[in-house]
Amino acid sequence: MYPAAFDYKRPESAAEAISLVNEFGDDAKFLAGGHSLLPLMKLRLAQPTVLIDIGRLADLSYIRDAGDHIAIGALTRHKDVETSALLRQHVPLLADAAAHVGDRQVRHRGTIGGSIAHADSASDLPATILALGAKLIAEGIGGRREIPAVDFFKGFLESALLPDELLVEIQVPKMSNAGWSFLKFNRRAQDWAIVGVAAWRDAGNCGVALVNMGSTPILATSVVRAIADGASVTDAAALACAEAEPQSDNNATAEYRTHLAQVLVKRALETCSR
Amino acid sequence: MGGSILGNRVVRKEDPKFLTTGGKYVDDLFDEPLLAGALHVTYVRSTVAHGQIISIDTSTAKDMDGVVAVFTAESLGLELMPAGLNKSAKRAFLARDKVRYVGEPLAAIVATSRTAGEDAAETVVVDYNVLPAVVDVREAAESTVHLFEEVGSNIVFDSMNLGAPDNSGPEFFDGCEVVVRETIVNQRVAPCPMEVRGSAVAWVDGRLHQWLSTQHAQGAHSSLCRTFGYEPANVRVIAPDVGGGFGAKIGLYGEELLLSVMSQQLGRPLIWRESRSESMVALGHGRAQVQEIAIGGSRDGRVHAYQLKVLQDCGGWVDSAAFLAPFMTRPMSQGVYDIDRIECRTLSIVTNTTPVVPYRGAGRPEATAAIERAMDLFAAEIGMDPVDVRSKNLIQPFNEPYQTKMGQTYDVGNYIESLNRVTVAAKYSELRAEQAKRRAAGDTVQLGIGVSVYVEITGGGGTGDTAKIEVLENGRAKVYTGTSPHGQGHDTAWSMLASDQTGIPMDRIEVIHGDTDLVPKGGGTFGSRSLQQGGAAVHVAAVELVDIARGLAATLLEANEDDIVLDKENGAFHVAGSPSVNKTWADLAVAKKSEGGLVHAIDFRVDGATFPFGAHVAVVEVDTETGKVRHIAHTTCDDAGTVLNPLLRDGQIHGGVAQGSAQALLEEVLYDPDGNPTTSNLADYAMISAAEVPSVTIVMMETPTFMNPLGAKGIGESGSIGATPAVQSAVCDALLHLGVRHVDMPATPERVWRAIHTAKSGVGQ
Amino acid sequence: MSQMIKVAITVNGQHTTAMVEPRTLLVQYLRDNLNLTATNVGCDTSSCGACTVHLNGEAVKSCTILAVQADGENVTTVEGLANGNEMHPMQQAFMANHGLQCGYCTPGMVMAAISLVKDIPNPTEEDVRIGLEGNLCRCTGYHNIVQSVLAYAEGK
Repeated sequence: MYPAAFDYKRPESAAEAISLVNEFGDDAKFLAGGHSLLPLMKLRLAQPTVLIDIGRLADLSYIRDAGDHIAIGALTRHKDVETSALLRQHVPLLADAAAHVGDRQVRHRGTIGGSIAHADSASDLPATILALGAKLIAEGIGGRREIPAVDFFKGFLESALLPDELLVEIQVPKMSNAGWSFLKFNRRAQDWAIVGVAAWRDAGNCGVALVNMGSTPILATSVVRAIADGASVTDAAALACAEAEPQSDNNATAEYRTHLAQVLVKRALETCSR
Repeated sequence: MGGSILGNRVVRKEDPKFLTTGGKYVDDLFDEPLLAGALHVTYVRSTVAHGQIISIDTSTAKDMDGVVAVFTAESLGLELMPAGLNKSAKRAFLARDKVRYVGEPLAAIVATSRTAGEDAAETVVVDYNVLPAVVDVREAAESTVHLFEEVGSNIVFDSMNLGAPDNSGPEFFDGCEVVVRETIVNQRVAPCPMEVRGSAVAWVDGRLHQWLSTQHAQGAHSSLCRTFGYEPANVRVIAPDVGGGFGAKIGLYGEELLLSVMSQQLGRPLIWRESRSESMVALGHGRAQVQEIAIGGSRDGRVHAYQLKVLQDCGGWVDSAAFLAPFMTRPMSQGVYDIDRIECRTLSIVTNTTPVVPYRGAGRPEATAAIERAMDLFAAEIGMDPVDVRSKNLIQPFNEPYQTKMGQTYDVGNYIESLNRVTVAAKYSELRAEQAKRRAAGDTVQLGIGVSVYVEITGGGGTGDTAKIEVLENGRAKVYTGTSPHGQGHDTAWSMLASDQTGIPMDRIEVIHGDTDLVPKGGGTFGSRSLQQGGAAVHVAAVELVDIARGLAATLLEANEDDIVLDKENGAFHVAGSPSVNKTWADLAVAKKSEGGLVHAIDFRVDGATFPFGAHVAVVEVDTETGKVRHIAHTTCDDAGTVLNPLLRDGQIHGGVAQGSAQALLEEVLYDPDGNPTTSNLADYAMISAAEVPSVTIVMMETPTFMNPLGAKGIGESGSIGATPAVQSAVCDALLHLGVRHVDMPATPERVWRAIHTAKSGVGQ
Repeated sequence: MSQMIKVAITVNGQHTTAMVEPRTLLVQYLRDNLNLTATNVGCDTSSCGACTVHLNGEAVKSCTILAVQADGENVTTVEGLANGNEMHPMQQAFMANHGLQCGYCTPGMVMAAISLVKDIPNPTEEDVRIGLEGNLCRCTGYHNIVQSVLAYAEGK
């Protein structure tokens, strides 16, 4: 199957890209690596009339040490996130989650910004940056603004980005020496997670977020609170789905998803605590 | 002189092409002159499962850029045609009046490019009067909503139509100390050859040339002539390289048949290739049986009675699935066991789903799954090891034909030996010890060990095949075969057979297949028939050709024929003891030039089918908290008679095991209650990958059959037949101590988790 | 008439160029514009990997990349691997280990495998199995594909 016809624009800079999306409005879509968008277009589930190819904006592909956080350009590919020594040292949870995205070929093309902006709750990275308390930097005609991850995911495939905004950077706090775990439960290695868990924990705090447990990635705040209050891992994990709204599909009923999330959160927290 | 090449591990001579320039599949014919300027065909398919067609509006499509023509059943004047097994069921190649499954073709767009065709297909508006969809085969049997009103029922065939008896009542199990019953599902799966269907056609001077991704070019040729009344001499069917078939590409589909009609009307060559999304709903599906099994015996482990009732889901047409249950599953329902009383009734039932066709094993995996599951349930009920129960009930080794209660004549078999070999190789008792340890410790991850013993039928229905060997004046040879490979390695295997007799080196032998101009008569490749019939034909043709050549050499050398020997090292005939004066194959071909060349053709006949057998041991780990199953080890002992090339044989087993594991654990075609498919691409359909299947340990066993001169039986389907029940059994075995009796396929994490959960809470026990 | 764009892509070391519709997929460009038909299409959902080629030396799925995205880049297909009549060692390993049957997934599988071993020079069986998760094969059961890749890695 092949995409419906569209016009193609290749801006030379982020500013030009933003200006183009302002010009074409809702009919336009940014094309980064294309690994979220093109599959939908081939099935004709998406039919944008203009594609703005930002894939070559090299100045949006970087991983930098910015003191208390690591700054990642939105066009950084999954493979570069996965293999980054800087991330392996300071945010190993994110590097490991990136290694779980799609398959090797997908990771050679797909980008962290594309995945996050697509805002699919079944994707591995949105929940991961949520657990890590990352900040998203969006750029629009009026300049840049900062969106905390917790405010970024609004609904099914819906983010806080305005139609004329481009996600340009992801700022991920360093994890210092926190324990961490990324668990992806699926039937086939290449599949989306039926349920996934991204978790970290240090002496005082923890972060836990769930993949595919609702229309958005879910921050498991009840678990976090329980751990902060000194609950056992088992007791905290029992609260895994307090914020979740799991759906049923071919792979799992909501009831089973709920059970899985509890098991996986428990296992993830146990790994973090080791 | 060295020994025979037969039986050796010979790498494939066809591989360099596939590895460097790629195969030449139907979609790769850009340099075929007859297809220059070909237009592209896109089919418009039903989006509802069951409905009357009120109207098909193609007006927008007709006016679109690149669209040359749009056809419907009406515009082509297509008539309703009756099904083979039930003449009351009728349909046309494009839906007329009624659609019966999502994906049924109802219009064809001919355009200058594939993308233009897809663009236009989106604009066709079909107005339906939507009817209730009949999706579940058990409900379909009872439903008053009928897919084919003229049939008066959704049951389109009953084994009782063949004169077979109905199943008896409970008295059938009189005298049994233990009787176990279960209804099990052999779920619907998708064959998923990596190459989807495709075909190209060109009419040249009143003659049809059709390229087709098929397992049986000659069968397609017959279908075309039978359907449209074409003169056989005016039709040429060519199977180029075929990217897998697995049974689903044996018969010809309506989309393929119609191409010649549209091409004729337009006066242009046409090419059609479906997308994977189409293929998942329009290429036939496999399996799709619901089985009611009942087994009875005594507590000492002897089985006395076995009863099977099969509901075969045919999908939305009376396709070849209607045959599978009565003609493949039922005859093989006894399996490898010596059982006093056995009964099997089958019902073939239509539903509003994709039609079902043969799929690797085609009726025999279903028969094996039923009786193997019955054996396990019986073993569990009496608390005996499943290997011991099997051992007690196996048919004793036989070297002469064995008549089964279901009317089959098994050729040769030694079932207990294959079971013994596989359990030793798999370290069965050590596995049981490890399992006991984990059970005692209450480990989260439990071990499951599954055993299956099977016998299957190969080359069934076929009576032989053709072979022709032609020696060229340069000493090279061409071997023409009526079989048609799509991955099986015939180029290599048939070259080995011809080389073994003639001494012509393998790299100087070309194997020709799948072109009805070059091989007008042939049986194709399915039902694991090729080596024992097509390969045996090549062998016999080569033996006879050598005799003919010897006679010719005798004449040329002015010697007595009995004194002439063939020096296979040098490919030359000479008088014994005088090798320097000789006639090479090239010399003989030159000598025969004026008489039509040195060529020998035969139509090789066999008396019947062969019955390969074997045993598998599967090992799984089950995470009892999540229900996730990992297939961690698999050992097989498959006996398919004399082995020609262990490399190819092992490859067939590996592929079959993966498909078996896939059915047991992963794959299932699903529909929603309205008959909408929900697994119509390879993201939603869990086709198995390298990450989900273990390496396979293969134990050799070769018991030659007397049914053909090679001693060979078929090996193509054994892997899926033996592996599927072994893996399923392993899952159930892992959970036996938790009170679980049975888990249907595929053993998805949720299904396994629910089985454990239900057993724990005591529900249903 | 829809927009047409000129692309220039180096394929197997050769400079190629064509006017294409923006929606043209890289795999269509390779197959339809260049007649390089070894690279196959096996699905619509980026699942099967039959279309795998190398883009600037890394394995990618050419069905999920627009030709315009590869403009100015370097693409290698399985047709570009052999050195004259001598097959690439990975191709040789597939032949020696019967890593192919019908051949349809093979070009993509070989390209994915080369990229995999480049990233993981001494892979375990598990590494190979997980590393090939994005390439489906229906014939071989993967056993001999895995053996081929391990043999290649050991022989390097």
